[in-house]
Amino acid sequence: MKLYEQYNTLSERHIKADRNADAKVPDNMWLKCPHCNTTFFARQLTPFTTCPSCDYGFRISARQRLSWLVDNFSEFDTDLQTNDPLNFPGYREKVKKLQKQTKLNDSVLTGEAKIASTTFSLGIMDPTFIMGSLGTVTGEKITRLFEYATKHQQSVVLFTASGGARMQEGILSLMQMAKISQAIQRHAAAGLLYIVVLTDPTTGGVTASFAMDGDIILAEPHSLVGFAGRRVIEQTIQQKVPRDLQSAENVLAHGFIDRIVRRQEEKKVLEWLLRNGGANNG
Amino acid sequence: MGKKLSAMDIVGRARSDRKITGIEIINNIFDDFMELHGDRLSDDDPAIVGGIALFHNQPVTVITTNRGSNTSEKIKTHFGSAMPAGYRKSLRLIKQAAKFNRPVLCFVNTAGAFPSKDAEEKGQGAAIAQNILQISSLPIPIITVIYGEGGSGGALALACGDEVWMLEDSTYSILSPEGFSSIMWKDSARTAEAAELMQMTPQKLLEKKIIDGIIPESDNHLQTCQAIDQVLWHHLKVLQKLDKEQLIQMRMARYRKF
Repeated sequence: MKLYEQYNTLSERHIKADRNADAKVPDNMWLKCPHCNTTFFARQLTPFTTCPSCDYGFRISARQRLSWLVDNFSEFDTDLQTNDPLNFPGYREKVKKLQKQTKLNDSVLTGEAKIASTTFSLGIMDPTFIMGSLGTVTGEKITRLFEYATKHQQSVVLFTASGGARMQEGILSLMQMAKISQAIQRHAAAGLLYIVVLTDPTTGGVTASFAMDGDIILAEPHSLVGFAGRRVIEQTIQQKVPRDLQSAENVLAHGFIDRIVRRQEEKKVLEWLLRNGGANNG
Repeated sequence: MGKKLSAMDIVGRARSDRKITGIEIINNIFDDFMELHGDRLSDDDPAIVGGIALFHNQPVTVITTNRGSNTSEKIKTHFGSAMPAGYRKSLRLIKQAAKFNRPVLCFVNTAGAFPSKDAEEKGQGAAIAQNILQISSLPIPIITVIYGEGGSGGALALACGDEVWMLEDSTYSILSPEGFSSIMWKDSARTAEAAELMQMTPQKLLEKKIIDGIIPESDNHLQTCQAIDQVLWHHLKVLQKLDKEQLIQMRMARYRKF
């Protein structure tokens, strides 16, 4: 280590000591916020998994989100399975592996939930399951959620997180947009409340259907919300686009989001909206 | 039909410069066409052309995507890729049709909704979402003919009514085969393989009941228009016999099965 010879305070012994220390530092001790680039101790991370500096909500699994969000939950439709409509090579294996990892049958968790005294229908999309993409099972579960809510006169709260259509399921993925929209329409016609919470990222066909259909649309700070992919836009118009074009804050400024809500406050906000945002029964 | 074409051959034909245009279809199928402009919010997108026309002496609302016929029009229409204002104009016209109990006929040939900074900030996603949501409950017959490319949500926004038909040489998919192969395999050389796998051709889509039928196409555009006319005339008559409740129930069932 010739490099260190010029420093008379650093001996061979020091360097060895440093190496040993290095090995004792656990992995993932530091985290870096993808939004503001602040580095912070993983220990500082609360169960909400947000950046202590800018409140960006990290991408988390549906089950992790569920753990602090509601007081009670009973899950629906855990047995539905994709029938691999394109016979896409390796798709069934990929789904199986992810099912084990996420303990979900597809990219959304649905069920009946309770916050305080309000019972409602809840859906949480999971960005760790093929980037929350909209497959046939995802579409069927969300459709059934709205049908259940309509039948039982409940509000729906849906957390979106999605890269858009499920490539491996082709055109049938597109048809889910129409199927879900019809169920939303019936739910709306029954005078029932639909609240969307946009989380990072919400894009493509999900933005172009049920993510933008809420009576009230909330979003987590700095989450990506858009229709077309940034690279597709830049290639098409041959120009760089601003970094924050598809940030929830910019989408709000253009009139498509009602409020930005920090993850720590979501439960409180939902409790209030579920009680006061829907039909006036007083 | 009967020709053995690969999926990529059909993609090529769907995108061909000699492809029939929406304006040709309107001029040949309808006796009169009164174009109506604007989304009543801020813009008029030339990539969507719509208005009222006479179809076998009956007033109908007609909407088509428009790729433009010369360079300057092609630029203004983004080669047939609509802005949010285009979708909002189409929804306005379809709601107007519902008010006056006029059937709606849509003609679609688009690579997809236009991706740009402006389109994002004006709510491309929200505009398409509103079409899909609101069209689902409008109780007038709505038939769509895809006559070239049916590109993703931008096509679905005008193809979510009672029946969807396709010309023989057209496609309908979640994205282009080029995009698909580059996303799935990071390899744009596998485009032909992607086109085959995606099942984006009329025959495959008919097997999956995504579409209701295939309309034969000819190099003679007049003949193609006659074939479209026949299908629309026949199927419109059937749909118009249904009462409003039945029509909506059947439309719901059409999409619920997917």
